[in-house]
Amino acid sequence: MSQANAVTLASNPAAASWHPLCSRQELVANSGIVAWFAGTQIALFYLPQTQGGEQLYAIHNRDPQSGANVIGRGIVGQLDGALVVASPLYKQHFRLDDGQCLEQPDQSLTVWPARFKDDQVEILAVGNGAAAN
Amino acid sequence: MSGNVASIRSATLVVIGNGMVGHHCVEQLVELGALSRYEIHVFGEERQRAYDRVHLSEYFAGRDAESLALGVAELYQQPGLHLHLDTPVLEIDRQRKEVVTRDGRTRYDQLILATGSFPFVPPITGAEGTSRLVYRTLEDLDAIRQAAEGARCGVVVGGGLLGLEAANALKSLGLQAHVVEFAPRLMPVQLDEQGGAALRAQIEALGVGVHLSRATTAITPGESCRWRMQFADGEHLETDLVVFSAGIRPQDALARQAGLHIAERGGVVVDEYCRSNDADIYAIGECASWNGSVFGLVAPGYRMARSVAAQLTDQPCEPFTGADMSTKLKLLGVDVGSIGDAHGVTPGSRSYRFIDELSGSYRRLVVSADGKQVLGAVLVGDNSYYDTLLQYALNGIRLPKDPSSLILPQSEGVVALGAEALPDAAIICSCHNVSKGAVCCQVADGVTELGALKAITRAGTGCGGCSALLKQVFEHELSARGIAVDKSLCEHFAHTRQELYGIVRVEGITRFEELLERHGRGSIGCDICKPAVGSILASCWNEPVMDPALVPLQDTNDTFMANMQKNGTYSVVPRIAGGEITPDKLIVLGEVARKYDLYTKITGGQRIDLFGAQLHELPAIWGELIAAGFETGHAYGKSLRTVKSCVGSTWCRYGVQDSVGMALHLEHRYKGLRAPHKIKFGVSGCTRECAEAQSKDIGVIATDSGWNLYVAGNGGMRPRHAELFATDLDDQTLVRYIDRFLMFYVRTADRLQRTSVWRESLDGGLDYLKQVIIDDSLGLAAELEAQMQLVIDRYECEWANALQDPEKLKRFRTFVNAAGADPDIRFVTERGQRRPATPSELTLIPATEEVL
Repeated sequence: MSQANAVTLASNPAAASWHPLCSRQELVANSGIVAWFAGTQIALFYLPQTQGGEQLYAIHNRDPQSGANVIGRGIVGQLDGALVVASPLYKQHFRLDDGQCLEQPDQSLTVWPARFKDDQVEILAVGNGAAAN
Repeated sequence: MSGNVASIRSATLVVIGNGMVGHHCVEQLVELGALSRYEIHVFGEERQRAYDRVHLSEYFAGRDAESLALGVAELYQQPGLHLHLDTPVLEIDRQRKEVVTRDGRTRYDQLILATGSFPFVPPITGAEGTSRLVYRTLEDLDAIRQAAEGARCGVVVGGGLLGLEAANALKSLGLQAHVVEFAPRLMPVQLDEQGGAALRAQIEALGVGVHLSRATTAITPGESCRWRMQFADGEHLETDLVVFSAGIRPQDALARQAGLHIAERGGVVVDEYCRSNDADIYAIGECASWNGSVFGLVAPGYRMARSVAAQLTDQPCEPFTGADMSTKLKLLGVDVGSIGDAHGVTPGSRSYRFIDELSGSYRRLVVSADGKQVLGAVLVGDNSYYDTLLQYALNGIRLPKDPSSLILPQSEGVVALGAEALPDAAIICSCHNVSKGAVCCQVADGVTELGALKAITRAGTGCGGCSALLKQVFEHELSARGIAVDKSLCEHFAHTRQELYGIVRVEGITRFEELLERHGRGSIGCDICKPAVGSILASCWNEPVMDPALVPLQDTNDTFMANMQKNGTYSVVPRIAGGEITPDKLIVLGEVARKYDLYTKITGGQRIDLFGAQLHELPAIWGELIAAGFETGHAYGKSLRTVKSCVGSTWCRYGVQDSVGMALHLEHRYKGLRAPHKIKFGVSGCTRECAEAQSKDIGVIATDSGWNLYVAGNGGMRPRHAELFATDLDDQTLVRYIDRFLMFYVRTADRLQRTSVWRESLDGGLDYLKQVIIDDSLGLAAELEAQMQLVIDRYECEWANALQDPEKLKRFRTFVNAAGADPDIRFVTERGQRRPATPSELTLIPATEEVL
């Protein structure tokens, strides 16, 4: 079990806690699915076999270029060593570990630390997922 | 009448003639800035603007006037440039410096004659109408086409270069073609006796009758055909039409009438700067005579055009001192080449000869008395030796120790002249006067793509004869500068798509990970190689794209088997094969669209597109469609889309075949075939072509006796007319050729390369493609057909397959942990249907609050 590279949360880190989003069985290997969390759409990418072993990433589902919620439907790949997802609409690439767009420096996506807890997929975030649902 | 000359343009330049040379001159003038000082009037006798006469015979093979046109029409729409088509100049008034047309008089300060030539028709009693046709203009070709209706047999008088071209044109019209030549051999100017004999043997083997040493004395009405040609030796030949191609004569009538000096054998006498005896009148191309010679090739004409354009814009120019008349052609599919002193008339010259009676090849190398230089050469049957020999001859390159190696079969060790051996001054493209040095300069300036090189230098865009050499020089220069010609698919595979396809087939690879591990780098891949390999695997093995190991490879549209639109919703296109649909099914589509509130539009491919479905709605929508008998339309895939058809003989009074039946047959046969890019078909039931099949990858047009097959057409961004590939095919042969064509395309095309671009990139062009598909020159046909059969046998509707498997439906949820739709997708209603809201409309709707 590994987790995504640690990301400093913009808001008060003390208030962040681990929230379950779905079970491991819901994931699709080497592809993305999307979870709803407190009004935010979070794309979850599961890569069972990277050089660093099993990887799980949580990244904002909204493509800043189109404004459409489609990142979770992009193709996962590796460019210059970095794991990336390609937006399915205009094909620009976002790094999975920090959300930075490779082609357009002014575009970046929020990412959340993610992990497996037993059979659950969890992210580290501020907020109350249950309340917002 | 040019009283309205703009103030900045103080002088008027008139160009008479808008053929290839006249057009080139105008292009050069514009490029050199002539419009800043001249008002230019161009008068053309023909209705069309300048077109490619070199490739005229392709007019019968499906190319139309527009696609033969030279350059872009916008050239003539610039301020200060006036093109007057269908406007013959009637008189040149040198005293008043005016040209006279039926519309009036136009003053000139400078005048360029580019009136070209006309076909010479010997005075033969009885030659008239369909027994007195010529082969020079598009109008001539229309007349030939008309004469060929109801004809079986056609004769060309003249066995020279143009005569054999004309014979090819008759053949492509389906006529039994004959060539009648006065001289004792074919192409007497370019070929020696043995070369002529070799060419004759090859042409006769193609079913063209060759009649040498025949002087036609009269043409009379025939008995079995329309006409009978009487020969001086008492023999005769019956034919339905006669095309004269017995040489050209300079079109110098205007110049004669204006009192300019005319050469003994015709043509306006010009000096080495193309000036006539009137200092303000130039003559270029085939209407000009320099040193007693008229130059009937396009390259010397272009040189004259450039020279005059440079003079008129005060640029430096080189004097015209004759031209190399070497030629390389494919006549009736037979390679013919002639270089320099082909007949060996230089005193003391000696020859090497190679004769292969089995393949009908002949090659002759003429060398100087001291054996050190190439003076000339004759090639019949194989022009692969031409480029090297021409460079030896033009540049005076010293011969290798054993000169015969230059014409011996390559397996015996040819001493090929590498690009590095050429001097910088060596002309690579003679049409546009591009030297090796100029190519190297572009590489030094950072050009690394052949297409860009051609666009900048225009090399290889004239007759195209230099393409192979140009590529060779270009790639040599790139590698000499240490620039790798990188054909890697992406950073994970140092292979082309074609190479990967070969590996997948040979090694029987069925999984991306396996291919990556054995032949690639890293363990993940990317959004370039994954869909490319996904497509290759589907082409080869045709397993469902939704299988767990394959689904991460697919582009988003293939993954969800629908077409993503700008707001992240999908459109759904069920297959409506051939555009034929029952009222009941049409009602189902309407009901489904109404139920899910889908925007509905008819597509260009005779189908119905339903827009605005969200991810989680797709399985439900498809459940209903499949229950009603629909199947997936593959609108999302790089695969066969539709076969467009007209109603054909079933309903149409003009139809000659059942085009809908054929369209259904083809669509059901090839549906599900995944390819490097999408593939579209069209089937028309008669020559009126209502299905627009000639703009499709595969076009099928009914004839009285079967089907004509067209290939590699395209609409879209870069329209391209499909090319006639085979005629009057029966159903089985048609399908067999399409099987082979598609699989050969799948096998050899680059990633995301449509058939049109693929066809243009094929070395050897359409002829090569015909050899592979029709003549099976690579011995591949059976394999290609078997591969296609495998794909067809394994077809299943991907949506029907996915709906049976809960695992595959896992991703068809907008949210994995919540029911319902994406709240950010907003629609507004327009013309009675919903459509995505625009950003400005969205501000009127409160956005969901993000809580973090």
